[in-house]
Amino acid sequence: ETSKYRSLAGFSSVLFVVLSLVKVFLSQSPEAACLSAEDISPSSNGPRDDDPDDLFAEATEEVSLDSPERQPILSDGPSPAITPVTPVMISPRVDVFDRSPDQDEDEEENRDTFDIQISVSDPEKVGDGMNAYMVYKVTTKTSLSIFSRDEVCVKRRFSDFLGLYSKLASKYMHMGYIVPPAPEKSIVGMTKVKVGKEDLSSVEFVEKRRSALERYLLRTVKHPALLKDPDVLQFLESSELPRAVSTQALSGAGILRMVNKAADAVNKMTIKMNESDAWFEEKQQQFENLDVQLRKLHASVESLVCHRKELSVNTASFAKSAAMLGNSEDHTALSRALSQLAEVEEKIDQLHQDQSYADFYLISELLGDYVRLITAVKGVFDQRMKAWAKWQDAQVMLQRKREAEAKLQYANKPDKLQQATDEIREWEGKVQQGERDFEQISKNIRREVGRFEKDRVKDFRVVIIKYLESLVHTQQQLIKYWEAFLPEAKAIA
Amino acid sequence: MMQEGLDDGPDFLSEEDRGPRAVNVDLQTDATLQVDISDALSERDKVKFTVHTKSTLPNFKQNEFSVVRQHEEFIWLHDSFVENEEYAGYIIPPAPPRPDFDASREKLQKLGEGEGSMTKEEFTKMKQELEAEYLAIFKKTVAMHEVFLCRVAAHPVLRKDLNFHVFLEYNQDLSVRGKNKKERLEDFFKNVVKSADGVLVAGVKDVDDFFEHEKTFLLEYHNRVKEASAKSDRKIRSHKNAADDINRIASTLYTLGTQDSTDLCKFFLKVSELFEKTRKIEARVAADEDLKLADLLKYYLRESQAAKDLLYRRGRALVDYENANKALDKARAKNKDVLQAETTQQVCCQKFEKISESAKQELIDFKTRRVAAFRKNLVELAELELKHAKGNLQLLQSCLGVLKGDT
Repeated sequence: ETSKYRSLAGFSSVLFVVLSLVKVFLSQSPEAACLSAEDISPSSNGPRDDDPDDLFAEATEEVSLDSPERQPILSDGPSPAITPVTPVMISPRVDVFDRSPDQDEDEEENRDTFDIQISVSDPEKVGDGMNAYMVYKVTTKTSLSIFSRDEVCVKRRFSDFLGLYSKLASKYMHMGYIVPPAPEKSIVGMTKVKVGKEDLSSVEFVEKRRSALERYLLRTVKHPALLKDPDVLQFLESSELPRAVSTQALSGAGILRMVNKAADAVNKMTIKMNESDAWFEEKQQQFENLDVQLRKLHASVESLVCHRKELSVNTASFAKSAAMLGNSEDHTALSRALSQLAEVEEKIDQLHQDQSYADFYLISELLGDYVRLITAVKGVFDQRMKAWAKWQDAQVMLQRKREAEAKLQYANKPDKLQQATDEIREWEGKVQQGERDFEQISKNIRREVGRFEKDRVKDFRVVIIKYLESLVHTQQQLIKYWEAFLPEAKAIA
Repeated sequence: MMQEGLDDGPDFLSEEDRGPRAVNVDLQTDATLQVDISDALSERDKVKFTVHTKSTLPNFKQNEFSVVRQHEEFIWLHDSFVENEEYAGYIIPPAPPRPDFDASREKLQKLGEGEGSMTKEEFTKMKQELEAEYLAIFKKTVAMHEVFLCRVAAHPVLRKDLNFHVFLEYNQDLSVRGKNKKERLEDFFKNVVKSADGVLVAGVKDVDDFFEHEKTFLLEYHNRVKEASAKSDRKIRSHKNAADDINRIASTLYTLGTQDSTDLCKFFLKVSELFEKTRKIEARVAADEDLKLADLLKYYLRESQAAKDLLYRRGRALVDYENANKALDKARAKNKDVLQAETTQQVCCQKFEKISESAKQELIDFKTRRVAAFRKNLVELAELELKHAKGNLQLLQSCLGVLKGDT
């Protein structure tokens, strides 16, 4: 049980110091090269859900002040696993205006402006046969200073996007950042395109992919840390990109799966993480539930898309048969009315088709995106457990080293004693680092989840309202068509 | 299994269907003979119809009475008309289709088996829907049996048929059993022979323009109605499937709404509520299309077949007449059995002319009935579609208003 208190004590005391430092940081412009989240939180100027005070409230008061070795250490440096990044000068008061193509301006929120527009367009097939691939034009329009120009156009292929994701995931996921996953690979879809089938299904496939790639990029740059990542900048700006090789076998989801598998293995090793923070347990459960329901919803919506397409086809087929019936009907007025009915049904078939596109592109794709995003969120929670396990392991090692040193003291072997003392110091450092990392990732996750939830609320609201508007339009059209038909039916004499 | 009174449960059919449930045909109700099905009971594998008659005709012992009949007895009545030579010149009202609850029963059974795998709300909801479906099928089969009786009652000649009166009045079991295997096989062969004969007969060119036109018209019309009927069924099934999906979406949204920790919870609950309501409307749209369009087409499929049968009988009589003429000529030439040939020829002539006369009227009536029925149903269909679309629109707009106001 002391481990629980230890982590609590460490957590709360470290946090206190860290956060007071954060406040200091925020009042000056940072010169650090690090990408710790405090500096570039988009909501650093706006209202924050995860206020430092909230975090504090959750940490319990119980502090069993242990050994003096546990000096509060400032966790202001980057975790050693990050490759140092070239310093980037951005004042925290960047106006970040959250604008994705699906959203309108939201004046109520005191959000900063986020002035960047990305579009993925003009899919082009390059090459022939099985070596062919699609190339997309990626256009970035922005006034942000990190970009070298106001408007940049580059050509990218699908594996480039996967390559970008895999780089970002390996850099940031273990820090607790939720890295938006890239779209899924599709062997069937791509083969059709490669083989050169110019039919409706391959056109739809390319459009679906183009749209998914666009959403992927927008989500990526919406993340304040990722926006400034040099790999992202290079992706958006440089005309030549080194070919991403390892993506041949891996997709975004593939990488996540690998990472999560490793995390699962870790979970099996650590019998139970002594969760000091109910927030994490609660959130994990919530995301678990959300995952289940979103998948269910996604499946139902996909079924709806399918049935509506079917309805459209069957309505068109019925329209034809009604026209034929009208032709053979020998009563003139009834014949005309039946032809009119056929016309109405034809128009309705088009309506159904349009509606099914709305079902798909608005709702189904959004749900698919979120199912993948939640996998990323779960991955991040697992990373935290991994960090905790690493810290615990270091503590165990330290204990062992201390015991070994004690033994050597009795055995009176001065040469080995020195080595043992050195090792103790080494492992003390590792324990402190482990604790720092754990606390850093925990803090990052809290912030990330707060941001994620805000975005989720916004995304769903906007999309669902848009969807309902499409349904309204459909009904209005239906009314128009049937109102035009009614007098025709009444005219049958 | 389920015992249903007719007016139990939700009124699945539109409000217009009260009183004589003659949904597909426009019929005059005549005070001298009014027939309807006042009640029906669904038992394990059969349906019992209560046939209620009100009549001022002297043939009946009372002015108002009821009997209980089953489907086989309707078929017996229909077949007795078909086999009656006297009625060869009339369009015999098509027999009602057999009550078919198999699909619905199967679904209810599957639901019962799968009870453990779904939440209580889901189970109750699905059970309610399947029960509503069962009820709808039930109401439809009642309507179709009723229409048959009403058509017979409205026909100036058929309504006087003795078998019909027995059917209406005899309050004991008619002991009409369903056909056994041998008889069904016989029927099958009879049909084969008939259709082969029909082709031959149809090949005979008719001097009468009216009938020649009717022949061509009916053949094409019948086929096209068949097409349209099949296609409309498929369309309506897709519509029902889409409505089912919306039902599931509504349920999942509800769960999401109860679980979500953000502001979205209220949002999801509101949208879930909306979809519950719109789904009900979508289901009604599908049901009304089924009633006003699909059933109409199915009915006229059967009626046009009955009209074709009439033409066949007339064609057969024509061929017999022409053959009798040829036989008479031959007899006269040989001067052998002339009298016999003359009698045969006269009989055939009379038969043919009798059929022709009534057939003409029947076919004209058929057209009138058809036009009236289509008009009625198409108007009602358009009105119902409008009503439902407006209902849907209102729900959507009011929900949108609330949701947009919340943000």
